[in-house]
Amino acid sequence: MDRQTIPVPGIPCDAEGPVFREPWEAQAFAMALALHARGLFTWPEWAATLGAEIKRAQAAGDPDTGETYYRHWLNALERLVAEKGVADAATLARYHDAWDHAADRTPHGTPIELRPEDFR
Amino acid sequence: MADHDHDPHHEHGSELSETQLRVRALETILTEKGYVDPAALDAIVEAYETKVGPRNGAAVVARAWTDPAFKQALLKDATAAVATLGHVSPVGDHLVAVENTSGRHNMVVCTLCSCYPWEVLGLPPVWYKSAPYRSRAVKDPRGVLADFGVSLPKETEIRVWDSTAETRFLVLPTRPAGTEGWSEERLADLVTRDSMIGTGLARSPAEMPR
Repeated sequence: MDRQTIPVPGIPCDAEGPVFREPWEAQAFAMALALHARGLFTWPEWAATLGAEIKRAQAAGDPDTGETYYRHWLNALERLVAEKGVADAATLARYHDAWDHAADRTPHGTPIELRPEDFR
Repeated sequence: MADHDHDPHHEHGSELSETQLRVRALETILTEKGYVDPAALDAIVEAYETKVGPRNGAAVVARAWTDPAFKQALLKDATAAVATLGHVSPVGDHLVAVENTSGRHNMVVCTLCSCYPWEVLGLPPVWYKSAPYRSRAVKDPRGVLADFGVSLPKETEIRVWDSTAETRFLVLPTRPAGTEGWSEERLADLVTRDSMIGTGLARSPAEMPR
């Protein structure tokens, strides 16, 4: 095979770093596995959706160095959850805002919990 | 989703990032609807943080180096062979083991997303998920190997395997010289994560810390 060297930025180096860089990445990862185990989607469906989200982000200027991988993962998760009729964008937004309200009223350093009054 | 307007002045409350809010929203909805169980999510995370990792794959390789029947089984049906050691894919894909020989070096990539044999290697390193690796591994594998500090004889064929949601690959690296009679445990220490992706080679005894 005759190959042409393509001038692309170098491959980021990686020591044996932590598996997840932030807790939310771990939660997002686990949700996809749990939903797959429950049969909400097949793994090929998941990979196709994730691949499409990565392409979309790249087209929108994401450098795609691997650091933003779990952002694509979360986008794919939200998309599949909506496509499968589990929660539409409006529902996701309502819970998002409720959590934001819960954070606002929770003193710093205290665990944040969602209460019915957070849904305004 | 629309950007939320954060008030930068609330001093006494807590702050969750936009991403944290989205993840919490999703988890709450899925829990309320009975799709996920928070304790089960924690168990998955704990497994990947502490139990599932490249040491699993290293044990598989060391076994293949010392047990010809196991090696044959691994090359024939890796999914079944690694299951006998307790490693099972969480998503039901097939595992294929590809053997490095003096004439051929194997390297694994996933050009679509980042499919990876979790059950034997844990979660992929950040570079495996990066666009430069995903594109260059196919176009210029020799150049990628050079970036990783690996140079192979010119006549060695480099074969690149593109993973899919259904099929993942594990490279069976060449057993280093000078390890005759070594125990499986000792051999496993020579097997690096990168050597099982194909961006590295197994360590030689000389490279081991004393």
